[in-house]
Parts: sequence; C-alpha cells; structure tokens
Amino acid sequence: MNPFLEIKQVSKSFGGFTALDSVSIAIASGERFGLIGPNGSGKTTLINCVSGSLRNDSGSIVFDGEDVSRLPAYQRTRRGIARSFQIPRPFASMSVLENLMVPLEYVAHRGLVVTKRTEAGAEEEAMQILRDIGLADKAATPSNRLSQVELRKLELARALAARPRLLISDEAMAGLSSNEISEVLEILFKLSATGITIVMIEHIMQAVMKFSQRVVCLDAGKIICEGAPDVIVANPDVQRAYLGA
Amino acid sequence: MRFWIAAGFALALAAAATVMLKNEYYFFAGYTVLMFVVLATAWNILGGYAGYVNFGTPAFFGLGAYSAAVLFKATAAPLALQLLLAATMSGLLGFAAGMLTLRLRGIFFAIATIALTVIMETLFINWRYAGGATGLQLLRPPPTVPFESYIKMLFVLMALLAVAAVAIARYIERSWIGRGLRAIRDSEEAAECSGVPTLRLKLFACTVSGALMGAAGATMPMYLSFIEPASTFNLNYAIGALASPMIGGTASYLGPVIGAILLSTIQQVVTVTISGEMNVMIVGVMLVVFVVAAPEGILGLFRKFVSSRKP
Repeated sequence: MNPFLEIKQVSKSFGGFTALDSVSIAIASGERFGLIGPNGSGKTTLINCVSGSLRNDSGSIVFDGEDVSRLPAYQRTRRGIARSFQIPRPFASMSVLENLMVPLEYVAHRGLVVTKRTEAGAEEEAMQILRDIGLADKAATPSNRLSQVELRKLELARALAARPRLLISDEAMAGLSSNEISEVLEILFKLSATGITIVMIEHIMQAVMKFSQRVVCLDAGKIICEGAPDVIVANPDVQRAYLGA
Repeated sequence: MRFWIAAGFALALAAAATVMLKNEYYFFAGYTVLMFVVLATAWNILGGYAGYVNFGTPAFFGLGAYSAAVLFKATAAPLALQLLLAATMSGLLGFAAGMLTLRLRGIFFAIATIALTVIMETLFINWRYAGGATGLQLLRPPPTVPFESYIKMLFVLMALLAVAAVAIARYIERSWIGRGLRAIRDSEEAAECSGVPTLRLKLFACTVSGALMGAAGATMPMYLSFIEPASTFNLNYAIGALASPMIGGTASYLGPVIGAILLSTIQQVVTVTISGEMNVMIVGVMLVVFVVAAPEGILGLFRKFVSSRKP
C-alpha cells in the first residue's frame, strides 16, 4: 500500500546550519502520528516543509501520490494539507467566525462570484465546526480577545475549515492546563475518528504517547528512533536526547 | 443601495455646482480635493486592506500624468483616451513593480516603493520628447459641450473618477478578495496556509491601486496646461495618499474619503489664507495627532463612541 504522506530524504539548511538531514517518514491514511524531539531538533522545520511555508533543499514530499514539494503553501492546503501554528496566528482584525470564513472561501467554497447562498452555506459550515470544537458561543467575538486555550482551538478550527485530509497540529497544547489538554486531546481523537490523518507535534509526553499510534523522535535534524509509543519511551537514545544524560 | 444613492447625490451636487458657482477657484480647489480622494482610496486598497505601505504614489500618479501628456502631444487624443492609457500604464507598472517587490515585507517594501518613485522621475527628466527637466507646455483644446470651461469639465470628470474608485474599493472590501487581503495583513503565513494565494492577491491589489493612481494623474497635465518632473513626482502625493486613510481610518472604504476631504480641504484653505508652505506642516501635525490619539482614524473614534453609548 502506498503511504498517504511520504517524506523522502528531505534536507533543509539555513546558511551553514543543517536543520533537517535526509529525513524520511511514511504516514498511512488515517494514522495518528506523533512527532517529538527536543527544542531545535527540526520538528517545526519539517512540518513547515510539508505545509509549504518553507521549501526543502533536497528530497521530496509526496502527498496522496503527488509530489507537492514545489507547490506553494496555498496549493497544498487546497489539496488537503492543513496545519495549526505553534504560536497562534489568528486573523486578529476579524471575528472568530470570519477567521474560519477565510479558508472556507478560499478552499471549499471557492468561486469567482460569491452569492448570498454560497456565503450562507460557508457560514453554516463554519458554525458547525465551531460547535464541534466548542467555540460556538465565541463566533462573534473578535479573535484578539480570546484566551490562550480558545486561541489554540481557533487554530484547529481554522485548519479544519480548509477541509483537510491531513491535519498537522503544531504544539496545540503547549502552555495549557491538564484539563485543557484533555479537552484538546478529545477534539483530536474525534477528528481522527472521522478519517482525518493527524500528525501531532508535541512536547507534552503523556498527550503524544496517549494519542499516537506511531512516534518518530527527531534530534538535531535526524530521526533517532521510530516506533510505537512504549518503544520510544524505552529507547536510550530518546532518553539521552531529552535528558542529556 | 444607500451607497449608490449617496454617490448619485454627490455627482448631482458636483454637476449643480458647475452651473451655480461662477468663481472658478472653487473648481480648482475642488479638483485637488477629489484627486486626493481617488489617490487615498487607491492607496488604501494595498496599504489599508493588505497592510503594504506604499510610498510609490508619485510614481503611479506621475506615470499616468506623463502617459496622458505624451499621448496628447503625439496624437491630440481626447481626454477619455488619455485617461484610459494612463490607467493602463500605471496598472502595468503596478503589476511589474509588484512582481519585483511584493515578496518584500514591511519596511523593505516601503523602501522599494520610494526607489520606484526616484527611478520614474529620473526616467522622465531624461526623456527629451516628454519635455525633460524643463517640462512640457500643453495647449488645452476647447471644452466639450455642455461645459463652458475646461476646469469645470475636469472637476466633473474627477468627481466621476472618485465615485468609480470608491465603488471599486467598496466592492473589493466586501468580497472574498477583501477578506483575503485582510488575512494577509493579519498574518501572511497563516493566510497562505488557509488557502489564500497571497502573492496573486497582492499583485491584484497593487495593479488596481496603481491603475487608479494613474487615472488620478491623467488629467493633471490638462489641469495645469503644463507638466514637469519635479512637481509631478513630488513626494507630497505619497504623503497625502497615505495620511488621508490614516486620518480617516483604513478599515473601511469611507475612511480614505473622509480623511482626504478633511485633509485636502484644510490644506486648500491654509494655502490661500496662510501660506503654501504651512499646508505641508498641517499634514505632519495631523498625522502625528491621529497616530497617537486615534490609531484607527476618525471611523475608529466614531465606532468607539457608538459602542460606548450602547448599554
């Protein structure tokens, strides 16, 4: 079976610094995949290369049978790759609902002429997503007045509004309380149940270990370990990378 | 609907003024005010909605003016054709300059647009046919019926152009294009990852903005019966086009209109009553006051006032 997302020997350097060194990962459709590694290990660089915010220097990224590594980010989003940002980047001048209208109007409900009917359809879909994610009562709130956990949820909601087949969640739980973490985790489990492939990047070990079926650990731009969560936790290299022992 | 009634009313007022008022000075001054409405509205499409601060207004404005002047010198083409050519040339300049500079962000984009102004001015200083540094004297043809004087005709034409520019800006603002441009201003990376083709949208905004600025400049040679590089590519156009939306408010199409009418009217009054030098200072003072006291402009103040009155 062909993998849904195949990262083939992707390298990326910034000047003399090698952020990714020939990284290869294959992810199956519907998989819950965890990506861990200490700070500066290249996790975010890797998903920036997948989502198109950065271009990889060499190697290729194949999504659903198509090489997307030279496509601009918006084209990849339209093909079904959506992401949330580690530091929330809401469209601050817009309400929560409007934030979702951007991907809805540019991906799913795209058209040169927007009629009242298509707009109403998009708004309805946005409200449905907000209900699913637990932000419906904030729909009209300006997005610059949200709390931290609400901002994280908005990041996920906006990514979902692009109707993704692959969702990359970049540290959606960093800085949240344990109640809030289980809340976000529950949302991600629900999404996974609908058939969306999810890549979770996370520092919070309990969360990523509970969520993922398979985990890859990066250190200094290289994969040091790959396997089931319990295998990863027991791996001495992973322990060394995290604890520096 | 209310917008079109207001626009029709404004045009009717402009037309009525040409019949009622005898003193031609009013039309000279009114022309300038309306011209700044067009420039500010055009500037706001890229600068306000997308957040790309453009100091290149004189380049687009000047290219429009020179396109019209050169076309008139070569073929004595009518005003409508001059306007069309001016808008096309400046629109093309917007597209080309956008291709080169819109990958730059923030201050770097702003610097590139200043360079564009200098390049355009240098180009026309060295073009002999267009009059070089000394300029070009142009002989106005007689006004077209029903207008009795040329300046009144230009005034009405500028009023039409202002309505057209505001209507275009309003359309962009309310459509999916406007939403995409606002997303770019808020976070370009998040916009791109939400499926917004950011470069294409910025190019579109830059082209439309440039074309409107060119159209605003098209009638300048006929207005003055003269054109020369130093005043045509004057940075005051850049400052006026930028200050008006800042003062009025950049979030809505009404902001630049309010700002331009207020600022240019004050400038015209000050030029006549105090001095021509003083009016430049007025812009500076008003800009500082508004940036400090009302960063969202007059519209922002108004909204705050309305929402504070609500229980």
